[in-house]
Amino acid sequence: MPGWRKRIGGLRWVAALAAAVCVGAGPASAQTSATDEIAKYRAALQDGNPAELWEARGEGLWKELRGPRKVSLEQCDLGLGAGVVTGAYARLPKYFADADRVMDLETRVVWCMVKLQGFSEADAKRNPFGSGNDKKSDIEALVAYITGESRGVKMNVALAHPKEIEMYRVGEKLFYYRGGPHDFGCVTCHNADNQRIRLQDLPNLTKVEGAQKAYTTWPAYRVSQGELRTFQWRLNDCFRQQRFPELEFGSDVSIALTMFLAKNANGAAFDGPAIKR
Amino acid sequence: MTIRRIFSGALFATILVGCATAPSDERISAEAGAMLKASFKARGQAGLDRLDQDDTQRLCSELAGRTPSKEVADRIEKQNLATIKYPVDGKLSGDWKNGERIAQEGRGKQYSDDPKGPVGGNCYACHQLAPQEVAYGTIGPSLYRFGKLRGYAVEIERYAYAKIFNSEAFAACSMMPRFGHNGILSEQQIKDVTALLMDPASPVNQ
Repeated sequence: MPGWRKRIGGLRWVAALAAAVCVGAGPASAQTSATDEIAKYRAALQDGNPAELWEARGEGLWKELRGPRKVSLEQCDLGLGAGVVTGAYARLPKYFADADRVMDLETRVVWCMVKLQGFSEADAKRNPFGSGNDKKSDIEALVAYITGESRGVKMNVALAHPKEIEMYRVGEKLFYYRGGPHDFGCVTCHNADNQRIRLQDLPNLTKVEGAQKAYTTWPAYRVSQGELRTFQWRLNDCFRQQRFPELEFGSDVSIALTMFLAKNANGAAFDGPAIKR
Repeated sequence: MTIRRIFSGALFATILVGCATAPSDERISAEAGAMLKASFKARGQAGLDRLDQDDTQRLCSELAGRTPSKEVADRIEKQNLATIKYPVDGKLSGDWKNGERIAQEGRGKQYSDDPKGPVGGNCYACHQLAPQEVAYGTIGPSLYRFGKLRGYAVEIERYAYAKIFNSEAFAACSMMPRFGHNGILSEQQIKDVTALLMDPASPVNQ
């Protein structure tokens, strides 16, 4: 794994960068060099991506005979027909007639684990966000594998079925929904160009380019966490920071927002699993 | 019946069905509200009541990112202005050193935070303040030299305190939290952040 060695080198480099930033002289020059150096750090990260480890484990899980019925997921219909993985993620979320529901990838994977492999829904959903070697998430690995099979495929989410149109419009409403003790909503941070929280750049998700750049780079291996994170995780953690209660995994709100952003990203080549800070 | 008549009849029916099924904006809003209730679970200090909107939150959400009309802005600002409670002892500023700690502190009110732990203003997430801190965000304007640029008059100090207490009283649908009105920061904490902005000795004003 040459990527690992490079990553460790990269982390040392971050420590050096942090030290350099802290002794910076004037505010203006330190600011410019800090953001420049962070851009360099991000570029350096692209060399090797540990997300490959999740992709490989996910491929194994996809093909393995598992669950009470001891069958694989290879007959799972991700929207392009039973067993078709390549390009499937670029068309999700979509309406599935068998479930009579609009589903994102994570929800569909849970559906297949229940319907094909015989897991209970509670078991299938038990560990959506892993932590460390002791609590690895099967869903994160499966999502890494499936999304990796859409790398380079142009996002092409349809608004054909009335439930797809409704999900998109509800997602748009939810994007602008402000609440909680801080009056926060998605709109607070993602409504304008070139904004930052601390030094973190924030994509403007109300514009096509912003939505494309953000959506096509999730899932991502998060260097700061040492974990691969899915779009479900991204939404879950945004709401935590918005001071909302906890967004439930696979809930309709999560699917509506995913629909809104995925559709807005149409036309851009999917580029995940990516690597982020 | 001619083909043309059948065709136009079918077209008419399609349009009718289209009109009947395209949900109104009100229905989409109601759907979003119902979905919110079904999609979150209470955790830690974050109960489901946090999903309920007050008048300001509702009006600003309905604008979907657009600037409010003068009428809506006046209504929001008037309502929020009436909520501002100034300190009874008349002192608007506290200790800028505490203010700097509050401005740096990002914890508080998240379900992952200890309810007994610190609650900060997290001002640097969105604003430049003291020049020594280079990791500042840009969602809000720079507040570097806030007092030095505006002068240290009591009216400015009063405005700074009130703005932190309830930002919506001065700029309807501002992205800034209403720290006093919503009970995020205590009166003393708001005084301390006011001092960070208004004390001539504060690093913000160097």
